[in-house]
Amino acid sequence: MAEIKLTTVTFKGTAQQEAELRKVLAEIKASEHPSVMTALQRAQGIYGYLPIEVQTIIADEMGVSLEEVFGVATFYSQFTLNPKGQYAFGVCLGTACYVKGSGDIVAKLQECLDLKDGETSADGKYSIASTRCVGCCGLAPVMTVNDEVYGRLTVKDVPGIVAKYRAMQ
Amino acid sequence: MYRTHILVCGGTGCHSNNSGKIREAFEQQIKERGLDKDVCVVGTGCFGLCAVGPIIIIYPEGAFYSGLTVDDVPTVIEEHIVKGRLVEKLLYHEKALGNVAVKSLSDTNFYKKQTRVALRNCGVINPEKIDEYIARDGYQALIKCLTELTPQEIIDIVSASGLRGRGGAGFPTGRKWQFAKNQINDTKYVCCNADEGDPGAFMDRSVLEGDPHAVLEAMTIAGYAIGAHQGYIYVRAEYPIAVERLKIAIAQSREYGLLGDNILGTGFKFDIELKLGSGAFVCGEETALMTSIEGHRGEPRPRPPFPAVKGLFAKPTILNNVETYANICQIILRGADWFASMGTEKSKGTKVFALGGKITNTGLVEIPMGTTLREIIEDIGGGIPNGKKFKAAQTGGPSGGCIPAEHLDIPIDYDNLISIGSMMGSGGMIVMDEDNCMVDIAKFFLEFTVDESCGKCTPCRIGNRRLLEYLDKITMGKATLEDLDDMEQLCYYIKENSLCGLGQTAPNPVLSTLRYFRDEYEAHIKEHRCPAHVCKSLIQYKITDACNRQRVNEVNYGIGKR
Repeated sequence: MAEIKLTTVTFKGTAQQEAELRKVLAEIKASEHPSVMTALQRAQGIYGYLPIEVQTIIADEMGVSLEEVFGVATFYSQFTLNPKGQYAFGVCLGTACYVKGSGDIVAKLQECLDLKDGETSADGKYSIASTRCVGCCGLAPVMTVNDEVYGRLTVKDVPGIVAKYRAMQ
Repeated sequence: MYRTHILVCGGTGCHSNNSGKIREAFEQQIKERGLDKDVCVVGTGCFGLCAVGPIIIIYPEGAFYSGLTVDDVPTVIEEHIVKGRLVEKLLYHEKALGNVAVKSLSDTNFYKKQTRVALRNCGVINPEKIDEYIARDGYQALIKCLTELTPQEIIDIVSASGLRGRGGAGFPTGRKWQFAKNQINDTKYVCCNADEGDPGAFMDRSVLEGDPHAVLEAMTIAGYAIGAHQGYIYVRAEYPIAVERLKIAIAQSREYGLLGDNILGTGFKFDIELKLGSGAFVCGEETALMTSIEGHRGEPRPRPPFPAVKGLFAKPTILNNVETYANICQIILRGADWFASMGTEKSKGTKVFALGGKITNTGLVEIPMGTTLREIIEDIGGGIPNGKKFKAAQTGGPSGGCIPAEHLDIPIDYDNLISIGSMMGSGGMIVMDEDNCMVDIAKFFLEFTVDESCGKCTPCRIGNRRLLEYLDKITMGKATLEDLDDMEQLCYYIKENSLCGLGQTAPNPVLSTLRYFRDEYEAHIKEHRCPAHVCKSLIQYKITDACNRQRVNEVNYGIGKR
């Protein structure tokens, strides 16, 4: 599996978020087949990512070891231990996009944002994550920024798109 | 009754291309003009021809408009709806026919050779309305099963149809159901694999987005046939539209008494729960998928025991792919003979492919088994764009292989594809042209499998990593011919010794490209040259005569010194 990067961002969870999480966990525990994976999915929905503090709460409430929770959290690519940027850039590296040059697009994006794939900028504004098939292969190669989809890209389009988000301060 | 229906594609491809806003614009402007009593705007599933999206079709004319924007909406309403004239410039133009406007979808080359069974309702009905599904014979098959057929009769029909698993391995569906039925246990499960992980494949997603009830109905039939009362759909979290439509469909089915404690008043009890994946390719493997539904790391386990004996929560379980289920209701309604009349001797029915890459008509196609690759690529797919030359078609995703031009006329079925070193897979078909480097493609897939290997068994975890290192060496021009032989050996070692399907098939992209494009590997090794000019580290090694002369002049005579 991919390299595990632990977050360096200080945990800023609120009491309200924690109350919500504990309520969700109580529901899951009461179900016929309590699942750590479902707990993590719901927790990520509340916090946006899965810092160790959140994983600890899950382990305690579900009555399993932190190792097990961490094991599940790091197994699946949708779980992230780092908060995503305010503008989350995603480049599709599915086969259809790759044969149409999305590899070069990731490279250019990394250069433009001065970030590596999987990283979030220190100010929390930008992050890059390559993804496996967004599912709109007809638009290949494809890049997403939050919910916005940019299709049929060339390397030349990348700086312009980055500049658009740099301007949105 | 409406006089006109405007169908707007709401599949992921068109949706990403703003089809949602186009639909809203139609709805709003139709209302503003007071036409909403006569004209109905319908959001549908995928029409299939994603390349020219966003697509709308207007009935009763069947007019097929492509590449629309929100700005085109007033024109379409004014001209087509109000004045009754087709908007020629917005109709789909078929390049193969000399770029003439094609009036209706069924007239396009893209659709002519297709036979739609699994996709019959995609792009036809509103997937968020159960009534539209019912109007297209929906839930008739379930009624027939519960009131006229015994569980054994259902399994016999499925077996006789010759239906094989559409997830890729092609195991006979009827036999799988029989194994599970034969188990004596109060608790059994029916699972649906909707974790379409092959990057570049979107068949299952389109079925879920366009016709979710077909899957629910078939799972309920499967439950009745094997004696299960609970179903699970394991769906990719990356498919938000599919998840949403499944949720709506399940709620509607429960409301209509088609899921729940007393289905259709027959006393049969069955319910379905959604389980979201979280992005792990290995969870497409059946035992890993079940471990993941249980909430753990999605690692596979050795078989036997097979899931039909001991599957989810250690109970007898059947797991079928979305497309497999999408065929079931039609088989029950139209009979095993009808289904078996399509296809080849050992592969019956149709297969859906997601056509992508260097091809004009990117999209979703459903063809009878036995259609040739050439028909798919040249006739349906419209050939390779930009006047480039076809090099290979990749099927089976990270588990499959590349098919070169010499095999374009082989009829597609499970066994033929395996005999030429690829596999059916779930249905991804990526076309490559002369600008794609086959070593680079093999490396792309290996990077994928190395990343997605769960790490449980050594041959897959370490073997594939070593394999990737060989490919790295080759693309950097640092490998020897001996490395090539060692690499090939390693491929067979990984195939024979890995625990699950992921590892057992991971070397296929390497083996198939070695088989058909060995010359490209050798060019990288012997000549430090990438024939397609893709591998970047090799580009700097290219020194032409002109450069040499320049260098000689500089050194010896000081001419042209900068």
